Amino acid sequence: MGFILSREGFNEIITQLSSKYRIYAPVLKKGEGRFTDTDVVMYDFVSDPGEIEIDRKSDYSFKNVLVPFSQTLFYFAEEAVKEADFPDKDILVFLRACDMHALRRQDAIYLENGAEEDWFYRRVRDRLHFVLIGCPASFEDCFCVSMGTNRVADGYMFSVETAQDGIACDLHDEELAPLFTYQAEAVRTVVPSYAKENDTKVDVPDQVPLSIYKDPLWDEYNSRCIGCGRCTLVCPTCTCYTMEDIYYTDNGRAGERRRVQASCMIDGYSNVAGGGQYRKTKGERMRFKVLHKISDFKAKFGCNMCVGCGRCDMVCPEYISFSNCINKTAAAVRAQAEGKEGEQA
Amino acid sequence: MSNAYVPSPSKILDIIKHTEKEYTFRMEFHGSVKPGQFFEVSIPKYGEAPISVSGIGSDFVDLTIRKVGRVTNEIFEKWIGSSLLMRGPYGNGFDVSLFENGETVVVAGGTGVSPVRGVIDALSRTADAKDKHVIAGFRSPDDILFRKDLERWDGLLDLILTVDGAPEGYQGNVGLVTKYIADLPLKDAASARAVVVGLPPMMKFTIIEFLKKGFQEENIWVSQERKMCCGLGKCGHCRIGSKYVCVDGPVFNYTESKLLID
Repeated sequence: MGFILSREGFNEIITQLSSKYRIYAPVLKKGEGRFTDTDVVMYDFVSDPGEIEIDRKSDYSFKNVLVPFSQTLFYFAEEAVKEADFPDKDILVFLRACDMHALRRQDAIYLENGAEEDWFYRRVRDRLHFVLIGCPASFEDCFCVSMGTNRVADGYMFSVETAQDGIACDLHDEELAPLFTYQAEAVRTVVPSYAKENDTKVDVPDQVPLSIYKDPLWDEYNSRCIGCGRCTLVCPTCTCYTMEDIYYTDNGRAGERRRVQASCMIDGYSNVAGGGQYRKTKGERMRFKVLHKISDFKAKFGCNMCVGCGRCDMVCPEYISFSNCINKTAAAVRAQAEGKEGEQA
Repeated sequence: MSNAYVPSPSKILDIIKHTEKEYTFRMEFHGSVKPGQFFEVSIPKYGEAPISVSGIGSDFVDLTIRKVGRVTNEIFEKWIGSSLLMRGPYGNGFDVSLFENGETVVVAGGTGVSPVRGVIDALSRTADAKDKHVIAGFRSPDDILFRKDLERWDGLLDLILTVDGAPEGYQGNVGLVTKYIADLPLKDAASARAVVVGLPPMMKFTIIEFLKKGFQEENIWVSQERKMCCGLGKCGHCRIGSKYVCVDGPVFNYTESKLLID
């Protein structure tokens, strides 16, 4: 069922839905970008539907609704341990096709890896419902077509995108039909748009041999990368975190346990007791991250981890391009294979 | 579904001091545990740390903890009768029965003795304990852990205790663990098994020595040390390639571990 809405009509629908759902959507934060007078699009819980940004690409991903940058898991009071509360209300998340695919990667780690599901993740996951934001055109740095993540067929309540005649919605949840019908400017078939071609294209190698670990391709990142970890914080598929306990300064017998997002690019990530550290150089960390995204994850879960959203390319202060690195890796894999054939011949 | 992250208080039954820095905490625990497995122990005011099981009893587990700087210090202010929050055990652990028959060599360095202490104990009780060899290496005479165990094992199986360096006049062996492998009196290296636990360079060069001596790759096992924040395969810190040390390991056969590159 397709509907054309005015922005006011769309806002009214979201206001009505707010009684049942918390709305989590990309929001344009004016003047809050990294540089003076620049904007940033970040996810946030919105109370005013007018804030929802459906035309720009979000600089950060939706993943923080599942696992916030810093999340309190428990409260401690002497030996008592209490799980942190979670609001008793479902959440409506606005996201694009690539992020819907990223959700499956998050599910793989938090629900499938290891013997048990992550209790905190499951608690919020069961409350999520989705609104698909269509992509009438590709954005800069996107390479979702190469990664096969440019489309989703289902899994959303309705879609939204700016069309010539208004906000076009493809409604999947029949229960909402009266609400949409009441607000609709027009009724017509709507098929969510998706990027059919990106300017950025990547060539993902089918198999990555162990010999690629020693390839000089990683060396340039020793000098270029500063290990800030922004690429992993904006990534919709990065899931790593660290446990941290905080005890209140005015009462050292009470406190809380938090999990805080961690990054394999940042110093200290692999430190073990006594000062041991793995992957000291930035080049090694880049290799560790890139191969996880395009090879190691696939070996375990059957699909590439990277969804080609290109946010890491947008955020890197050193202008390191992840998509370029994938292509360089593919070239190095081919060069090594040809070199071997040459030796045999 | 129960929440695997919830730690439970466990009573400290005893505290054994090994060196100025290393202590074993005997913690009340009822349940099945294998050598090589670990617990996530809540270190007060720091957070959780993965600690290997260094001893197993019917109602306790031993956790050997090293005082390394600020982070773990608070734990040393605990006393017998008080308790610590912990959860576990995690990881695959050693299948001790693999090593009980025939010739076995265990090489362990420093706190690497903790995860194999239970293995060595089992080997010392076998009928052919004379065919079991243990090479235990420590940084200096002051760093030697599990002295009572070492004395006990010395009479039961072939034990080589060595230190990397010692002050002049030290009576015992001085040298890296690797130097003793070539001279091990083995009947058939091709069928003998080896267990190697220690720092990465120590494991690397020890395995090179075993392969030189004629050991088969599939007869060598290692235990990997990584920063396991969750123990549940979620936090990512211990991942190497497509393996998670906390759930796929920490014990790996060498045929598998040689493919794991950090």
